[in-house]
Amino acid sequence: MDLGVTLGALRLKNPIMTASGTFGYGLEFTSYGRLEELGAIVVKGLSLQPRKGNPMPRIAETPCGMLNAIGLQNIGVEKFLQEKLPRLPWKETPVVVNLYAQKAEEFADLAAVLGSEPGVGALEVNISCPNVRQGGLQFGQNPDAAVRVVEMVKKNAGQKPVIVKLSPNVADIKVIAGAVESAGADIISLINTIGGMAVDIRTRKPCLANAFGGLSGPAIKPVALKMVYEVCSTVKIPVIGLGGITSARDILEFILVGASAVQIGTATFTRPDKVFTLVNELRELVTQLEIEDWARFRGSLET
Amino acid sequence: MLETNIKPSCLKPEIQAITYAGSGDFVHLYMQPPAWGYRPGQFVMVRPGEWGNDPVWPRPFSICEKTSDSLRLFIQVVGRGTSLISRLQPGSTLDMWGPLGNGFSFDPDVPLLILAGGMGIAPFIGLCKRHPHPGRINFLFGHRMGIECYPFAELPQKVNKTHLNQQTAGDIVSFQKVLEKRIRDFSGRGRILACGPSPFLKVVRKYSIESGADTWISLENRMACGVGACLGCVTGTTTGEYLQTCTHGPVFRADEVVFEEDDRLLSAKPHL
Repeated sequence: MDLGVTLGALRLKNPIMTASGTFGYGLEFTSYGRLEELGAIVVKGLSLQPRKGNPMPRIAETPCGMLNAIGLQNIGVEKFLQEKLPRLPWKETPVVVNLYAQKAEEFADLAAVLGSEPGVGALEVNISCPNVRQGGLQFGQNPDAAVRVVEMVKKNAGQKPVIVKLSPNVADIKVIAGAVESAGADIISLINTIGGMAVDIRTRKPCLANAFGGLSGPAIKPVALKMVYEVCSTVKIPVIGLGGITSARDILEFILVGASAVQIGTATFTRPDKVFTLVNELRELVTQLEIEDWARFRGSLET
Repeated sequence: MLETNIKPSCLKPEIQAITYAGSGDFVHLYMQPPAWGYRPGQFVMVRPGEWGNDPVWPRPFSICEKTSDSLRLFIQVVGRGTSLISRLQPGSTLDMWGPLGNGFSFDPDVPLLILAGGMGIAPFIGLCKRHPHPGRINFLFGHRMGIECYPFAELPQKVNKTHLNQQTAGDIVSFQKVLEKRIRDFSGRGRILACGPSPFLKVVRKYSIESGADTWISLENRMACGVGACLGCVTGTTTGEYLQTCTHGPVFRADEVVFEEDDRLLSAKPHL
């Protein structure tokens, strides 16, 4: 079977994408696999200006998962466009730029810069980072604010598909999903990390300098699966599922509940060639289960 | 001592042997040798195949030594991950990627002063054994556990070596005095390489800056990926940046990095 998927105007040769913040700018992984074989490369969240990020320690290991509070350290959009993007195989594999800003206007400015770049395949609007003081969640938890950001990004993004990445840290994910769809989002990706905390009883201090962080890894997969299922039942636009995926079986679970594609995040830390090997594993499992085409399998969960 | 065949790869080597030194907490892990060469001070990420979904992270270890027969890591049990690794059996497989990081850089014709604290001895075993002129190496080793726990005796005979045991607060103070004297005396005569726990490196850094010594320190930081992607292992620099320890380091010039972790933790305030 052809593993290719179509998410509106975004065509992927397979449904496997990297997750922002776990794959650097892509170039860090060229020793471990061929970027051309991935469905899409999603790069670290970029802001208009470089960001230093949060103080250390920024990461903590937890059962079947990890907490992070990186704080969106990044080199800034200009440096990315000059130094990184030209070295990525964007003609073979769409490069999705994840964008972060503190104000709706800055999101719009970022979209304007990226909207005319031939090497950018799509924009992923990060309204869900739990680790920054401003921006991020203040948009992701408020439907009106989310709508405003999405409308402004869409206006400036030209022909680029706009993905909106949602936070699980909300009372009802369907409300925010419906809001961003109505505002013109082309695709929804979810879930970003779940707010969490770890403390040290000997030092009596939080394990992260930021005290709170975002939980990721296999521990959050059931939460992600439920939310992806709920959102797929609510919106008509394509959905990208992520949260704790480590195997081809996990990928099929997300597609079964309605996702069109998936992102691989924390699993990349368990082995840097993980996302590349998953492409082959998925191909084998699809053949073994005799899945004939995505359209019939996607969302075919019997409830 | 410039290695040319340094191209990182992700492998699945088999464990050949695990031996213990002094106590069950000091482990020598031998595995099938990879095809690559390495520079002393470089490291590998290791994650036993049997870990499944937990623990999530691999663990970073300095390359202790590589021979035609095996790659060897020297590991101290300090937490859950290293404890699980210490109980692995020969024949089990590991996910392993490397060699990672920059490693130590030095001219073999120039005298070296090596300062190692505890497990910081690991990268220097291979370095000293491969050095063409071990007689030009001065080696000062500070340790808390018995010397039999560490591969100190493996250092080539020609290396001019001393070890000091620190068991009491007074021992630590006198070790610091020795460090200060050795750094000041050596400054201007060659390059200083140091590896060990952060409090030790802070002292080395201080005396090196004061005496203008050409000192390079190898940092230990918690890491999730080892390849520069997760941004969890960054170190603060004197230029005000955060650089990944895994890719920009782990070896930095002593006056290039700042140690800020302790101060930061004291003033931690949630960002939410």
